[in-house]
Amino acid sequence: MPSIQHLFEVFISSYDQFFHATWLTLKLTVVSIFIAMFIGLFFALLKISRIAVLESIANFYIFIVRGTPLIVQIFIFYFGLTELNMSDFWAATLGLAFHNGAYIAEIFRGAIQSIEKGQMEAGRSLGMSRTLTMRRIILPQAFRRALPPLGNQFIIGLKDSSLAAFIGVYEIFNLATTQGSESFDSMTWLIICAIYYLILVFLLTLLVSYMERRLAVSD
Amino acid sequence: MSAKEMIRIEKLNKSFGDLHVLKDIDMTVNESDVVVLIGASGSGKSTLLRCINFLEIKDHGKVIIEGEEIDPSTHNLNDVRQNVGMVFQHFNLFPHKTVLENVIEAPVHVKKMSRKQAVEEAKVLLEKVGLADKADEYPSRLSGGQKQRVAIARSLAMQPDIMLFDEPTSALDPELVGEVLATMKELANEGMTMVVVTHEMGFAREVADWVVYMHDGYIVETGKPNELFDNPKEERTQEFLSTIL
Ligand SMILES: Nc1ncnc2c1ncn2[C@@H]1O[C@H](COP(=O)(O)OP(=O)(O)OP(=O)(O)O)[C@@H](O)[C@H]1O
Ligand SMILES: [Mg+2]
Repeated sequence: MPSIQHLFEVFISSYDQFFHATWLTLKLTVVSIFIAMFIGLFFALLKISRIAVLESIANFYIFIVRGTPLIVQIFIFYFGLTELNMSDFWAATLGLAFHNGAYIAEIFRGAIQSIEKGQMEAGRSLGMSRTLTMRRIILPQAFRRALPPLGNQFIIGLKDSSLAAFIGVYEIFNLATTQGSESFDSMTWLIICAIYYLILVFLLTLLVSYMERRLAVSD
Repeated sequence: MSAKEMIRIEKLNKSFGDLHVLKDIDMTVNESDVVVLIGASGSGKSTLLRCINFLEIKDHGKVIIEGEEIDPSTHNLNDVRQNVGMVFQHFNLFPHKTVLENVIEAPVHVKKMSRKQAVEEAKVLLEKVGLADKADEYPSRLSGGQKQRVAIARSLAMQPDIMLFDEPTSALDPELVGEVLATMKELANEGMTMVVVTHEMGFAREVADWVVYMHDGYIVETGKPNELFDNPKEERTQEFLSTIL
């Protein structure tokens, strides 16, 4: 184990490098989760559409994502997309979005189905269409209810973004392993890398609970 | 004198799977009539109400609203429902919207009324149900009776010609029942056509023009309140009344 003092020194001297890598990790996470929310909402709506074909499509997508390792998905996106001249970053981002989308679809579906049946009926009884009621009444409530599990998925997505290292994205984990082996000091770099993840997860947790409180005004 | 027919139901039948819930229902509701539906749990009262605003779709028979037979496969049911308000046992207010937003939601987004006008009209309605001061509260801050009065105002905001009430006071603490019944009575006095499922026999006696007793999917007996309550013709009606009175 490295001494605390050594750890501290490397922590300070590597600040600049980690700053850039953290920025990349955040970009990777935020952009992929952002895209995954749309994918998730789309497939959640397919799942509750009560149209067999659409439900099957959504189930198939979720089956693929759940049934294969994330690293395999990322590599498939990497080889597929770099052939189309896409950058490593975008291959990783889209791979992560594809992956997280399935879990977010299930989160949204659960949240939508947890909204009392009476809400849709009240909307319909006022002459609102199913789509309008979904958009104005059900989804805003479902989104609120989905926030805690979404926050959780966000944190998982943040940690999973470390797998982008394997296709060359120079994010936190890649920086730590590369610098660690170059300096024959892997343990120090990995501990620092872990500290950065902890800080990010901690900040994210604060952000999610802040949003929950903001949205809870009506309760 | 022939009053305008607001609702006419002919040989209505409805099943859920093997369960035959409504059997050959015939019913007519004229303009400004208040019809109270009574009957044991499971007799089909809610289903009948829900067939009138097409939350449930009949299997056979006719539902004629203001002279027009509604065919769910060709009519735009959203248009029909704008004209037939419904108040639910559990209020079903939109919890993420304030009282005022609840009331203006459908006028603004369905009728495409300007927000300003919708707010003006909503305030008049809230005044009418005695909740003008609660316009900016969220439903979670209201009592059950207040919630139900907001729900009534929300329905009225679409200016329906017909109002359906499905046990509007059954979820309320006893001391809150009165304020909701008073609002409904006022509405009846203004000439609203109403079909009400309720166990409030006092309300039925005082406000109803007709009482309809349902049993096991059939309409067993229809009569003026005092006739039906005091001199029921059918044995089943007598039995039912003896269990609730
Ligand atoms: N969506 C549905 N699917 C299957 N069965 C249903 C459905 N809705 C109602 N039923 C059944 O139909 C029958 C009549 O129900 P309904 O709700 O109309 O009765 P009700 O007279 O309103 O009773 P209550 O006084 O308990 O409200 C019941 O046996 C009920 O279980
Ligand atoms: Mg009922």
